[in-house]
Amino acid sequence: MPATKTIIGVRGTKIGLMRAGQGAPMLYLHGAAGASAWLPFMEKLSQQFDLIVPEHPAFGASDTPDWLESVGDLAFFYLDFIKQLGLKDIHLLGSSLGGWTALELAIRSTHDLATITVNCPVGLRIPDVPIGDMFLWNPEQRVRNLVHDQRLADQMLAVRPSEAEAEVLMKNNYALARLAWQPRFHNPDLEKWLHRIDVPTHIVWGREDKLVPVAYAQAFAKLIPNARVTIIPECGHMPHLEKTDAFVRLATAFCRERRP
Amino acid sequence: MKFYFFHLMPYAHLDLSYTEKYETSWVKLPNTYYDREKGHDLYNRYLDELEYADTLGFDGIGCNEHHQTAYGMMPSPIVIASALSRRTKNAKILILGSAIPLRENPLWLAEEHAMIDTITGGRLITGFVRGIGAEYHATGVNPIWSHERFHEAHDLIIRAWTEPGPFRFAGKHYHFDYVNVWPRPYQQPHPPIWIPSQGSQETIEWASHPDRKYTYLQTFSPASAVARFLKMYRDQAETYGYEASGDQLGWAIPVYVAESDEIAKRESRPHIEAFRNKFAKMPFEMLLPPGYLSMGSMKRVAAAKANLSMDMTLEILDEQGMFIVGSPATVRERLAAAQKEIGFNHLLPLLQFGTLPHDLTMKNAKLFAEQVMPQLRPLGEAKAKAAE
Repeated sequence: MPATKTIIGVRGTKIGLMRAGQGAPMLYLHGAAGASAWLPFMEKLSQQFDLIVPEHPAFGASDTPDWLESVGDLAFFYLDFIKQLGLKDIHLLGSSLGGWTALELAIRSTHDLATITVNCPVGLRIPDVPIGDMFLWNPEQRVRNLVHDQRLADQMLAVRPSEAEAEVLMKNNYALARLAWQPRFHNPDLEKWLHRIDVPTHIVWGREDKLVPVAYAQAFAKLIPNARVTIIPECGHMPHLEKTDAFVRLATAFCRERRP
Repeated sequence: MKFYFFHLMPYAHLDLSYTEKYETSWVKLPNTYYDREKGHDLYNRYLDELEYADTLGFDGIGCNEHHQTAYGMMPSPIVIASALSRRTKNAKILILGSAIPLRENPLWLAEEHAMIDTITGGRLITGFVRGIGAEYHATGVNPIWSHERFHEAHDLIIRAWTEPGPFRFAGKHYHFDYVNVWPRPYQQPHPPIWIPSQGSQETIEWASHPDRKYTYLQTFSPASAVARFLKMYRDQAETYGYEASGDQLGWAIPVYVAESDEIAKRESRPHIEAFRNKFAKMPFEMLLPPGYLSMGSMKRVAAAKANLSMDMTLEILDEQGMFIVGSPATVRERLAAAQKEIGFNHLLPLLQFGTLPHDLTMKNAKLFAEQVMPQLRPLGEAKAKAAE
């Protein structure tokens, strides 16, 4: 059943929140596209987990607080969020920007985490492997570069956003710039501290990712102790949208396998 | 009225067929398109043109700042203003403007402007801008903080120029334990400040505020937009409780004068069309990165974005009042009508644009100085006198 969005306050910042399902808590941190709607992969995960999908501050229905200046700030915010909701043994899941946020959270504290699954995260910079300049892509280029299957891209582009949706897209793009314009999509300090992550970590990547090339999967794996890497073929930057079933299967199996 | 020869110093030798391979002459056009010998010639040619304007009796000569583009070869207007400061004698030197939020240390800028002001004995007119959107791609500065950094850098520079140092400055983006610039500016309390803009309510409210009363300069916009924004400035001043003078209002626009309307159009056509369609054009995402405008303004601009990529002919530019072209009589008539309607006292003709060559630029400047300026000069002043 689709979850409805509620607004909750965390230390004075109001954010959007969707939550559905029963079982172990799974916290999903969304990417640049936001979390406006309850998507098929969420529905599937909520059949097996207590799926919690907050909308980051500055995105969608959430406030844009002055204190939010970096992904590090966002990570601290989610530690407060976890504390407020009293979540324990969380399966943390994050896509792209949300994957970066999950890792920033984990280098600060893994106290309440059971597992981490990140999906094409940004956050690192390999000097010789440039990432795509999403801020110079026009709306059509964004869709075409983010998904591998161009028939899917055609379908996505055939749907014109309503005025309200266009406004959310713009707000999300402003939020993205706030967090990731400079240094572009990475934190130079992150690599120094990824060794602190001491819970099972799974790195999932679309082999044809045009925003963050698949070479980054191994770069993360080298820095995070005992991380597992899974590459999904014929898949772009958003496996949760483009290969929903495979992604849900992978995420679920990893959580089950590692359940304490 | 006062007249200032404004120059963009484009890389006029640009191979215009670049558009077959690249979308824009900004940020991503490879600098292998630039030839260093031609660059050497161009800088010296353009400096000659501005120095010539000083001898022709222009009230000022102006430069500006753009980065990583063939559109203008002035990443540092400081260098150009410095080169002009000892070679010119009477003309004001206008930096329109320095892009202060792009600087990591705005105090350097305060020092540089104070040096030029001092060397010229007070001939500097300072301008502050945020830089256009492309600059935020070129420099990496986050456009989300563009407004904040602009205001904070501005406050820091004004305090550095006017308050005895050393003092501490603790802002959000800039922090200094010692603000103590040497030299202080020659003009007191500081050089006049002009604010070039393509038109925004926020900028107009800020520039017209009684604490500032900065001259507002509308750049490269259709005449109707110039009228609208300059009226907005007057209205805003009225709500602040004072009457804005024509000295607070200026218009920058490409102008070409020749012996007849027909000759003027023929001579300028390829160059003004290159200016608009080859040098100035860029994709929406480059021009307006997220945060550069408030979301409300961004929505309004996005609605009109089709115009950004449309090629324009001389006729369209002429019709819309984005280019003033013709015989001296035609140019005088059009400018006098605009001055009467809008009431600005500062006109900044861009007398070189796009690929316009040296000989035509010099002829344009001479005709403008000799056959347009003298007749128009009394216009604003008469009104200013009458208002006294």
